[in-house]
Order: sequence, then structure tokens, then C-alpha cells
Amino acid sequence: MEIYDLTAHELSRLLKAREISAAELTEAVLERVDEVEPAVRAYVTVTREEALAAARRVDEARARGEDLGPLAGIPMAVKDNMCTRTVRTTCSSRILENFIPPYDATVVERLAAAGTVMIGKTNLDEFAMGSSTENSAFFTTRNPWDLERVPGGSSGGSAAAVAAGEAVFSLGSDTGGSIRQPASLCSVVGLKPTYGRVSRFGLVAFASSLDQIGPLTKDVTDCALVMNVISGWDKMDSTSAPVEVPDFTQFLGREVRGLKIGLPREFFAEGIDREVKEIILTAVRVLEGLGAVVEETSLPHSDYSLPVYYILAPAEASSNLARFDGVRYGLRVDAPDLISMYGQTRSRGFGAEVRRRIIIGTYALSSGYYDAYYKKAQQVRTLIKQDFDRAFEKYDVLITPTSPTPAFKIGEKADNPIQMYLSDICTIPVNLAGIPGLSIPCGFTAEGLPVGMQLLGKPFAEGTLLQVAYAYEQSTDHHKKRPPLAGAAGGERHA
Amino acid sequence: MRKEDLETVIGLEVHVELATKSKIFCSCSTEFGAPPNTHVCPICLGLPGVLPVLNKKALEYAVRAALALNCEIAPFSKFDRKNYFYPDLPKAYQISQYDQPLAYGGYVDIEVNGEKRRIRIKRVHLEEDAGKLLHAGDDIAGAATSLVDFNRSGVPLIEIVSEPDIRSPEEARLYLMKLKTILEYLGVSDCKMEEGSLRCDANLSVRPRGAKELGTKTEIKNMNSFRAVFKGLEYEERRQKEALAAGEEIVQETRHWDENRSVTVSMRGKEEAHDYRYFPDPDLVPLIIDRAWVEEIRRSLPELPDARRERFQREYGLPAYDAEVLTASRTLADFYDECVRLFPDPKAVSNFVMSEVLRLLNAEGKDIVDTPLTPQHLAKLLGLVKEGTISGKIAKDVFEEVFKTGRDPAEIVKERGLVQISDEGELARIVDEVLAANPAVVADYRGGKEKAFTFLVGQVMKATRGKANPALVNKLLKEKLS
Ligand SMILES: [Zn+2]
Repeated sequence: MEIYDLTAHELSRLLKAREISAAELTEAVLERVDEVEPAVRAYVTVTREEALAAARRVDEARARGEDLGPLAGIPMAVKDNMCTRTVRTTCSSRILENFIPPYDATVVERLAAAGTVMIGKTNLDEFAMGSSTENSAFFTTRNPWDLERVPGGSSGGSAAAVAAGEAVFSLGSDTGGSIRQPASLCSVVGLKPTYGRVSRFGLVAFASSLDQIGPLTKDVTDCALVMNVISGWDKMDSTSAPVEVPDFTQFLGREVRGLKIGLPREFFAEGIDREVKEIILTAVRVLEGLGAVVEETSLPHSDYSLPVYYILAPAEASSNLARFDGVRYGLRVDAPDLISMYGQTRSRGFGAEVRRRIIIGTYALSSGYYDAYYKKAQQVRTLIKQDFDRAFEKYDVLITPTSPTPAFKIGEKADNPIQMYLSDICTIPVNLAGIPGLSIPCGFTAEGLPVGMQLLGKPFAEGTLLQVAYAYEQSTDHHKKRPPLAGAAGGERHA
Repeated sequence: MRKEDLETVIGLEVHVELATKSKIFCSCSTEFGAPPNTHVCPICLGLPGVLPVLNKKALEYAVRAALALNCEIAPFSKFDRKNYFYPDLPKAYQISQYDQPLAYGGYVDIEVNGEKRRIRIKRVHLEEDAGKLLHAGDDIAGAATSLVDFNRSGVPLIEIVSEPDIRSPEEARLYLMKLKTILEYLGVSDCKMEEGSLRCDANLSVRPRGAKELGTKTEIKNMNSFRAVFKGLEYEERRQKEALAAGEEIVQETRHWDENRSVTVSMRGKEEAHDYRYFPDPDLVPLIIDRAWVEEIRRSLPELPDARRERFQREYGLPAYDAEVLTASRTLADFYDECVRLFPDPKAVSNFVMSEVLRLLNAEGKDIVDTPLTPQHLAKLLGLVKEGTISGKIAKDVFEEVFKTGRDPAEIVKERGLVQISDEGELARIVDEVLAANPAVVADYRGGKEKAFTFLVGQVMKATRGKANPALVNKLLKEKLS
């Protein structure tokens, strides 16, 4: 294995033992970026100099004998919709192409305080709207397992960067599956925490009541380590929860014997790829073998998730994205009068999918339609949430596929928004309910494409998800496989 | 329809900036008059990724105001987004409250021609202010450039909406004055219309006297002073009555008060009907208000203007008019209360405050707390008069200096040698001199001309430069002329 293939907890040991310096590690990851980035295209911005400077500061602190946390000196990447002071934050949109925030998002601040080293900002579907990064205004990121295919989205850059060894871990944001679906398609661990677990301050909002930041990592232990740093109440975010944050690593290694697992039948029905379904059921049997009790169950309102989501998320987005008006920052297209300036700036600044959602959302909130759309959708959202509440009275964890299919070909769904929206059919209900969801690599299709299994838990029960995921991971070796990238030393094409 | 048979119906929407130190959703200062864009941060500039956090003080002030306006505080309310594009609105939505306001169902009593009128208050809600636009030209359409100052963006506002209970422009003015007085008493706002910390929009319609249904209303904006509110409504009332009398229909529309031309002007075509697409702000949690906290605030409310006026009448024996004048501002009423505590002659204090103090305050357009004058000064001055050290007339001169300089009245009297002449022998000599110098006037008096006596008193005062004890002068003159 190469340095860039190692996990954060493995590297942390090497750094502590001074077998490698943070600067050397950062150099190694930056070299990997140079090597594979032309093929993968995970980054919108690489912050080489800042990264090296940060790494040297960690080395100096270590030399002074300072007590450093387990992530100190670990190179990582941040999705380009989280604000970074002095580093441009584009949301992969023309409208913010040159926007440099004057402040850091809370998660960025917390990761910096933990001594992590930011390598750069990763590509996404514009304003996190999409499932493939094809909606990025700049370029499409490639899936490291098959460069002809999408990495998933919207946190496709973050997933691809970790899978390709261009970052040890990364942050993504998840509004309807944007962490979990790309994690599944790229064979990394992705966690969407409970709504309110991680501060949203500094995350450029897509749909405020659904957005949540979470980690993408090479294994479950790294996921727990990152969660330890980014979780917790933030006075800058009124919707962050004043709930105690446990040491998430304490859940790793606890046995799963007797744990009750439910398989909601709606998530194994039509629309789910046959091979994907088989791989998930095989993974479930591994857990059963470890003593977990598995039963079939039902989440009867799941069918309504997609329509509810495509009313609520665009409604909030139409308001959240209204501030990009050309007046104070970002793109401005000069025009003879104010209204034309607004119109031309926003038509030129936003891509087709973002415009489509702004129009849908504006319509759903309009006087005369509000009750039929927005209000009704909120009511159904409550029903969807209650389905989960009932299920969790009986089960500790629910298991579903993360994505109904493995990674699809670039361009395959680009012209069919409904087909694209269906990519998130398994992940969207989780955001509507506000509960935590984790995607863990659980195998490969015959074509060698990764498949992820989604574990769902009660609010603030991320620990239980990590416990189950870790138990599964220790019984399998999917997480040890690395994609066969050209020029890379890691493994051959998996088949 | 004759104009005399029509009745006017007015409802007011009043926006009041709360006098919190920091803004409603960030920690920037709310100070007025700072250089443009110096009290701003990523939050009140609406930069990408920022989130609002409610300033608890703003909520407390809003609850105070609502309680003083006799409202119910809703146990559950929420913030909504009011969506519209304008360059002074950085997020392109205003955080406000739509269908579940903080407070509802209150009232304010006003007195119109000696009669009490109750104006009901429909709702009080909390919201954020927008920035301020400056145009190099008349308006944003005609300006070569427009500049935005975001210092005001995010300053907390309450909106107070009355029921359509107001029946004349004068009632509207009185209602507004009363609101201002109450809010000032509470200390929740400085209510300066000229600085925009109190703003007023009105809905006005007319209908046949006695009708139940409301007529078609117009909304009148841009009335930037108490006088403008009165004038604007008076104009609009006349315009609508004349239109109806002439058989025309009233068009529902927004009209701007044009101060220079003293007319309201239709905004039709310039301001299209907005669909604000209100929805609950997902960035803020619902406001769940603790009853105990509300009661704590209720207990901490100061004595309000009506209660104070009644107390002034009851406790100090003041006439209704004096009590009204003295309680019109909290600072003046506080001043009066303190003066009476130090100099327990309420009538003497009120006479002096209502004449001398108010005269100078009005002349300089100042509030009592912005002058060097203290209750101690006034009590001392009135004490000097009472002891007979100075005359009432001298007291007025001394007062002017105290008012300007804040110096001790006793010191001024001593330094300027203003101590009253009460020495009977000395005064008798001066009286003799005056009588000797004015034989014709003396003859007039003896011939029955009462006015001649006043002239002689004046001459004695002149000779003593006002220092003569007036009672003694009267006595001596009477004796010598009889
Ligand atoms: Zn601010």
C-alpha cells in the first residue's frame, strides 16, 4: 500500500511515531493529486501552499511536544459549498465562481482546530443539486472505479477524492442523499448525521430543513474520528441540537448480537437493481451471522418521499438562492435597469437544473398553490417521519440499499431529470425524517462497480450505526479494496 | 352621497425600531448615524452560508411593548420568510412573522375632545429591518448610481397593526403620539420619526355613516413625521370623500404622500402587487414563550402614561391638563416626580415646569435629559423663592442661566448680587424717591386710576433692578398713598 492509500487512524499512528511528518504526508497526497487529478477531476480548487503551511505548523507543534488529536496532520478535502476564509467557495456555480468568503464554516474551523490539513475544495453538482456532479458548472468528476461513470452526487468530488487517494477523508453535505449515494458509488464510508448534530453555519444552503454536513472516509473508524471533531451544538446555528456528543470510537468493537435489524420491504421492491439487491441481502446475512436479528418491515409512506422532497427542497432553495442577485458579490451581468440585471445575472449565473428547481419551488410557494403543495408536502413529511418512529420502536437499525443502481455512465441520465431524481429514492426519506444514515461498502457488481449498504438509526444514534458498520467491516474486506487507477500502484481492476 | 354623510375609517401599521444594542440576528451594533457599512458582518450582509440567531433582548423588548399595549402573548409563534427582490434586502427575503405573530388582541386608549376612545390592536410582531438605498437621482429607475448602506440591515423592528378603529386624521395623530409615549416609557425604542425609528403606513377608506361594511381602502406610505401623518390622512380623506360625492369609485391602491406638494400620489404601475411567498423560516426554531418569563416582564413594566397621569391628579392634586402635559414624556414626568420629592409643593413645581422649563425645552427642541438642568437645581431655586431670598421674577432669570450652564442657583444669586431687598427702611426710602419723581402718576392714582399703582410698583422694581421684595413694595406703596 502507498501512503495515500492509508486511513486516518493508520496515518495517525505513523505521525505520532514520527515515522512520517505531516509535511511529507501532505506532499505525498499532493503528488497523488497531481498524478490522478487529470483523470478524476475531484477538485475545483487545490490549496497546495496553504496545505503545506498547515502541515508544517502541525509538525512544529508536535516537535514542541504539544498534545495533538488523532486527526492532526491528516490531509482532507472540503466540498466546495462550505465557506473557507480566503479560499474561494464556488458551489460549482458560475454565479459564485470568484467568491471568496470572509469567514470559515463552523466545521472548517473545528477541523482546522483539530490540526487537519485542507488539500482543497471538491467538485459538486451546482449548489448540491444533482446526483452525478454532471450539474457542476465547471466539469464532471469521474468515478475512480470506472472513469466512464459518474461518482454520484452531489458530493461526488468529495467521494472520488477519498476513493482515489487524493484526500484521506473529506466532508460532504447531504440534502437527499448527497453524501451517501456518492459514498456508495465510490466504495467509501459516508455518514449523514442526524439533522442538528453538525452545525450548518457556513454551509451554503440548498434546503435548510434537510441539509446536513457529514464525513466521507475510507473506513468506519475514520468516520467516528471525524464525527468526534465536527459534531456538537453551535451557537451560530439555531437548528443545531444541544445534545451531548459521545466519543464515537467507543461504539467500535461492540458486538451486534441480539441487535434488531429491520428490512423495509419498500426499499427492496421494483426500481432496485437485482444485483444490488442481492449484494445487500448477502451483507445482511453477514450481520445475521454475527447474531443480529433480522426481520422484514414496512415504511408505508415511502412512495411519497420523492414528490414531497421535490416540493420542499426546491421551495426552500428558491428562497435560499434568491440572495444571488448580482448586487453585492458574485457574478453580475450589467443591464440597463435593475430588473434586467437580476434576470440576466441569474439566467447566466445558474445552470439549467438550479433554474428548474428555483422555478418549481417558486411555484410551490405561490399564493393559491401553497396549501396544495408546500403545506400538503409538510403534512406528508410528518407521516413519513412517523413511519420511522414506529419502525424504531421495534428495531435498532434499518437496512436498505443506498442507491438503487451502481454508478451509471456519464451522460446516461443527464437529459432525464426524473431518472436522475430516482437515484436518491432510498436516501431521500432519511433527510425528510431527519434521522442518521450511513452508507458502507458491501461489495461489487460483476462489472466491478461498488455497492453500498445503507444503515439507518434513531435520532442521534450515530453510535449504533457505527457499531453495526464496524462489525460488518471487520468481517469483510471491501473497504480494503482500492480503485485501479492508471499510474497508481494500488490493485488491479477489480472483477 | 353628500360629504357630510360619510365617515372615515383608518387603520395604522406602525414599524418601530427596538433600542437593543445589537441587531436581531447577529451581534452588530444598531447605533444610528455611523459611517455607511461599518456596522455589518457576514450575517446581516446575507453572505452565502450564514444563519440567523435570535437576539433574546429583541424578543424581550417586543414582549414588553406588546404587554404595555394590552396584548396577549402567543405561547407559540414562528418566523417566516417574506420573499422579494430589492437591493436593500441582502437575503432577498425579510425574516418576519406571518400567520402566527408574537402578540395579538391589545388596545390603546386615547382622549379625543375630552372623550375616551379605545383603538384596538390587532397584532404585534417581530421582524428585521432592511438596509438603506441612496440614489444619485430621484429613484432607483432614474439614478445613474445607487448606493446601499447595510448598517440598518437586521435592526430589530416590531410592527404594530391597529384594527380599523380610527375615525379621523386627528385620532390617528393622537393614537400615534400615544404609542410613541408608551414605547418611550418602556425604553424599548427612541421613536424618532425623523431618524426612521418610528414609521407609519395607513389604510384609509370612507363609508356612509352607520354602515357596517368597509369602503374600498387605499394604503398611504411615506408619511415621515407626525405632522405628515395628519396632513396626509387629511388630504386622502378629503380626496376620497370628494370622489364619492362626485359619484366616482375609489381604486384600491398604494399612494405616496408627497410632502412638498401636500398631496397623495398613486403608485399604480410603479409597484406591482407582490406575492411574498411567505413560508416558515427553516433556519430558526419556533418561538415557544415561557409564561413565567412573560409574567416576570409584566411585573417589571414601569408605570405607564395613563396610570401616571391619574396618579399626578390624585396624589399631587394637578388639573387634568397639567397632568397630561407633565406625563407626555417619561423623562419629564420623572423630572417632575423627583422635583416634588425634593421640594414638596406640587403646584409650585408644576407651575414652574409648565411655564419656564417647557418654554426653554421647546425653544431649544431638547429633551430634559439632554440639558444640564437637574431636579436638585430646580428644587433649590424654588426654595430660594420660598425663603424670600429671591423674587419669582429673579428666579426666572437665574433659571435661564442654570438651564444653560448647570451651575448652582444659590451661587448665581450670590455672585450676581440678586438677593432680594426685604429691608423695610431701605425699601421705604426707594419708594419715597419713586413717588417724588412721579407726582402726576400719584395724582392719577389718587384720582381713581388703579393702573397707576402697577406703574409705580414697576418703577420701584426698576430702581432695585428687580430685587425688591414685591409683597413689601405693595405694602409700603399702599401705606404711603393712602
Ligand atoms: Zn451583522
